[in-house]
Amino acid sequence: MRRALPIFVVLAGLLVAIAVVNPYFLEPPAFLAFVKRAAPLVILAAGQYFVIVSGEFDLSVGSLVTAEVVIAARLIDGSAEATWPVLALMIAFGLIVGLVNGVVTTLLRVPSFITTLGMLLILSGAVFLWTGGSPRGALSEQFRQLGRGSLGPVPWSVLILAVVAAAAVWATRARFGHTLVAAGDNDRAAALSGVRVARVRTVAFMISGLSAAVAAILLGGFAGVSAQVGKGLEFQAITAVVLGGVALGGGRGSVAAAMAGAFTLEALFTLLNLYGISGALEPAVQGVIIIAAVALGAVRFPRARAAAAS
Amino acid sequence: MLRMTGIGKSFLGVRVLGGVDLEVSAGEVHAVVGENGAGKSTLMKILAGVHAPDEGTIEIDGRSVAFGHPVEAQRAGVAIIYQELTLLPERTVAENVFLGREPVRRGLVDRAAMETATGELLKSLGEESFGPRDLVRRLSVARQQVVEIAKALSLNARIVVMDEPTAPLADHEVELLYTLVRRLTARGIAVLYVSHRLREIFDLADRITVLKDGARVTTTEASSLDTAGLVRLMVGRELDSYYPPRAADPPGEVLLSVRGGGNARLRDIDLDLRAGEIVGVAGLQGSGRTELAKALFGAEPFTTGEMTPRRPRSVREAIAAGIGLVTEDRKAEGLLLNQRVRDNALLVARATGAPQPRTGVERLLERVRLSPPRPAQEVRLLSGGNQQKVVLAKWMTVAPRVLLFDEPTRGVDVGAKAAIHDLMRELSQDGMAILMISSELPELIGMSDRIVVLRDGRLAGELPAGSTEEAVMSLAAAS
Amino acid sequence: MTQQLKLGRVPAGGALLRRISADRPARPVYVALALLVVLGWLVFALDGGTFLGQENIVGIQQRSAALGIVAVGQTLVILAGSLDLSVAYLISLTSLVTAEIMAGADANVPAAVAAALAVSALIGLANGLIVTRLRVHAFIATLGVALVVRGALDARYDGPAGSVPESFQHLGYDRIGPLPVSALLWAAVAACAWLLLSRTRLGYRIYAVGGDAEVARLSGVRTERVVVVAHVLCSVCAGIAGLLLASRLGAGAPTVGTDGGYDLESIAAVVLGGTALAGGRGGVAGTVGGVLLLAVLDSIFNQLEVNSFAKDVVRGVILVAALAIYARGRRTR
Repeated sequence: MRRALPIFVVLAGLLVAIAVVNPYFLEPPAFLAFVKRAAPLVILAAGQYFVIVSGEFDLSVGSLVTAEVVIAARLIDGSAEATWPVLALMIAFGLIVGLVNGVVTTLLRVPSFITTLGMLLILSGAVFLWTGGSPRGALSEQFRQLGRGSLGPVPWSVLILAVVAAAAVWATRARFGHTLVAAGDNDRAAALSGVRVARVRTVAFMISGLSAAVAAILLGGFAGVSAQVGKGLEFQAITAVVLGGVALGGGRGSVAAAMAGAFTLEALFTLLNLYGISGALEPAVQGVIIIAAVALGAVRFPRARAAAAS
Repeated sequence: MLRMTGIGKSFLGVRVLGGVDLEVSAGEVHAVVGENGAGKSTLMKILAGVHAPDEGTIEIDGRSVAFGHPVEAQRAGVAIIYQELTLLPERTVAENVFLGREPVRRGLVDRAAMETATGELLKSLGEESFGPRDLVRRLSVARQQVVEIAKALSLNARIVVMDEPTAPLADHEVELLYTLVRRLTARGIAVLYVSHRLREIFDLADRITVLKDGARVTTTEASSLDTAGLVRLMVGRELDSYYPPRAADPPGEVLLSVRGGGNARLRDIDLDLRAGEIVGVAGLQGSGRTELAKALFGAEPFTTGEMTPRRPRSVREAIAAGIGLVTEDRKAEGLLLNQRVRDNALLVARATGAPQPRTGVERLLERVRLSPPRPAQEVRLLSGGNQQKVVLAKWMTVAPRVLLFDEPTRGVDVGAKAAIHDLMRELSQDGMAILMISSELPELIGMSDRIVVLRDGRLAGELPAGSTEEAVMSLAAAS
Repeated sequence: MTQQLKLGRVPAGGALLRRISADRPARPVYVALALLVVLGWLVFALDGGTFLGQENIVGIQQRSAALGIVAVGQTLVILAGSLDLSVAYLISLTSLVTAEIMAGADANVPAAVAAALAVSALIGLANGLIVTRLRVHAFIATLGVALVVRGALDARYDGPAGSVPESFQHLGYDRIGPLPVSALLWAAVAACAWLLLSRTRLGYRIYAVGGDAEVARLSGVRTERVVVVAHVLCSVCAGIAGLLLASRLGAGAPTVGTDGGYDLESIAAVVLGGTALAGGRGGVAGTVGGVLLLAVLDSIFNQLEVNSFAKDVVRGVILVAALAIYARGRRTR
């Protein structure tokens, strides 16, 4: 937990900074709107956390989000009755993509960077092949409610996020979470202690696929149907996880910190907007801050190593 | 030739070396011995320029030197051959020998010169089984060591430090190393030989320096000491007090039984392990000792033969049947180094869904004599002995009926070694069946109630408690 | 293996065999390439085209050139145990730098080329220093730099800008005999990189650092410097690709790099060529094979008039399948 602390401090600092410019920010409506905006990325980061802590990467989530939204739009095509079956199908599709990623990575021993890169190409190609180049159809109103609407004052997406966060934290505390971290730290030792390494890693990929499906449901409602909806989300999710102090390579870090990393990224975007930094410069500032944050995190590392050497 | 005077070094305020003197002359084999933590490795790393000393001086041929980087030590004629070899497996022998100082002609690397020179070095070491263009990955560990030594010679090293050089070698390869060491000294090169294996020290060394708790105890002629005397100097107590008394009661029921067990590496294994009994396994490297443990544990399962409990096809089946394995290589196969003691101790229980110990992890850590028993500490920060105790705790959480130990005290200091031995005996008295593989014959003989000897993947025979080292060796090495 | 060695020791024929065996990881990709060429020849024959005709071969070479140059650079960083995700934006940036400085005038060509290469070298230097000095994982470091470059592009450009004089467009379109100039440029870059890796100290050190940085350090290799230089060279290769694309387009474009997907695709070509993603093993020959493989595949698709989205699917499958086969090969050995 000690290792995760800095990200919460940074997040609190950013939120205070936003509140200084915009005093209304910390009042419920504005703050809930912020959480709602952040929800998809936070969910993706939670899913990506499981993959990264097990020692792998998932580069396919962005194109999976796009694929899910495009598929949903085409299948629902504005019809209310189709909403729930399609939602179920989206969840199933996310899980299956994760399953394939996991099986190819663990059983065929393809580096996950390449597996999921291949999946990225396959998904983006296949979906547009199917829809003939550009998204067709439309989402139903019910579907869009999940991303846009609210239950009383609380947006649905915030509720969904709360459930996802609780489930994610629960999963890391459960046996599964511990064995997953074990596989990420030292897969050989874990296997010789009875951990089913291939299985837990595959499940991690499936969780990531599931999180992409949920994020797609929210984004589809929130942002609408486009071929760009998931673009770059894989990198944002990985960035958020690393920002939360989770080590690439596996075995270290907490899911709460990974989600805080996603909030931090979103708060950063908000702050940049408030300070009137143009949309164009946003990525540049983002890039500098990410490098700086990870560099600061890395500086502490050698000292711990020196202690180990003695 | 080499004189180190008053060397001192502290890490994070902890003094690991103080006022150590060491003199080495040309052409001698000088052994440096001591328990783990005595400061041998630190002293050697200071000589090799990996660490800078806080105090003291180093002179080579009467000239004072100070090394800020390993390369400076190399230039001054000091080469170090580490326990873990420092070669690039995907590169050729010649590329490794000249790594970092490739000969250049007209701006390009002169491969021909490099390969010719490497070939000559190999020839001078009597090595003809491989050439300069072979990939290091394809060589055995012993041959890779030859490459390391060729590298040292190509640096015109005059002092060669060998840190536990035989640790990764098969037994028949040790002779090869002896020959190499003698070739080096015949050229007037001084060899500093660091090893835990006392037999090698008496085989090779001209003089011995004993370190204890970061200080030099003595430097003496090897011929003036015997094994018991050397151990007394290292430990400050007698050898006999090492081992706990054997079981007083006759062994109980058979907990594990194999008939005709075999796989790619093993054949016709018949073995019974009984409650309350410690069975030692002897054999040369490559005789199938580790393979036997891995087969019983389902990691490299038997493919033929009968076994009770049912022949495990996977690690999980073995664990479910009450079998555990303390692996040979703790760091690579036993522990999650970045995780806390607690998470390591609970790993098997969590992985298999077994209930977690009701008495709590703290009690368990006390029982395995972890000192201090801090469950929140990260395992990588622990000493080798404490790490091994964590491995033991990991298995004790699931209370196996049969526990297999592969080299349980390798790289463990003498104090922790005794604690682990006591614990093994205690577990056996509580009704566990224990199998212990060890290449240290005194340990094997001191601990075992009987010893089975493996040769070429088969059982070569069985010896009773208290057999002599000679009896074990002759059975293991007979052809 | 032994037989090969014996042959290798014969002085006369030794050099060639040794060269092949040094780049042994590249072998499977050439076998696959040969099979694909046969397949392509069949497809074209049945479809009424000529696969080995000049037009098609020139097409393959031209399509490969830009990706090939980037992938050669990517090979250097991957061998050194690093990775560069910033090449796509860098390509866009250098295409714009080139076209804006040239501004359609012949006289500005040398200055523009120099500026483009200098900009790329600087970006590479930044990548390398962030990875080595700040100890940021290369994935994050180069991603961050990519974002910074993207920000700079987004802030200044909405679409194509600058223009390239006719003289400079020769680079993109001309041929010398049957060989396009761009392919020759690619070949030259690849040859330089091959020479660098197999015949210079720097090349040896790149392998050493990627293979095991600690071993390299203990042997006196200044590992950080090697990684930085590899990053600079990689970025310069991306810069050269940017020049080439500017000459093709006649202008600079802020999306030319990302549209081509040069970041991930160059990594794909490198690993297709048998270079280990973890570093220390592989070489330029494999990368060239990997790029050609992708290009031949492209030309077959074009002949069959396959939808461009289907191409992505097939590429993804081939990439994963190839790596699965490599993983098998290394395990059973």
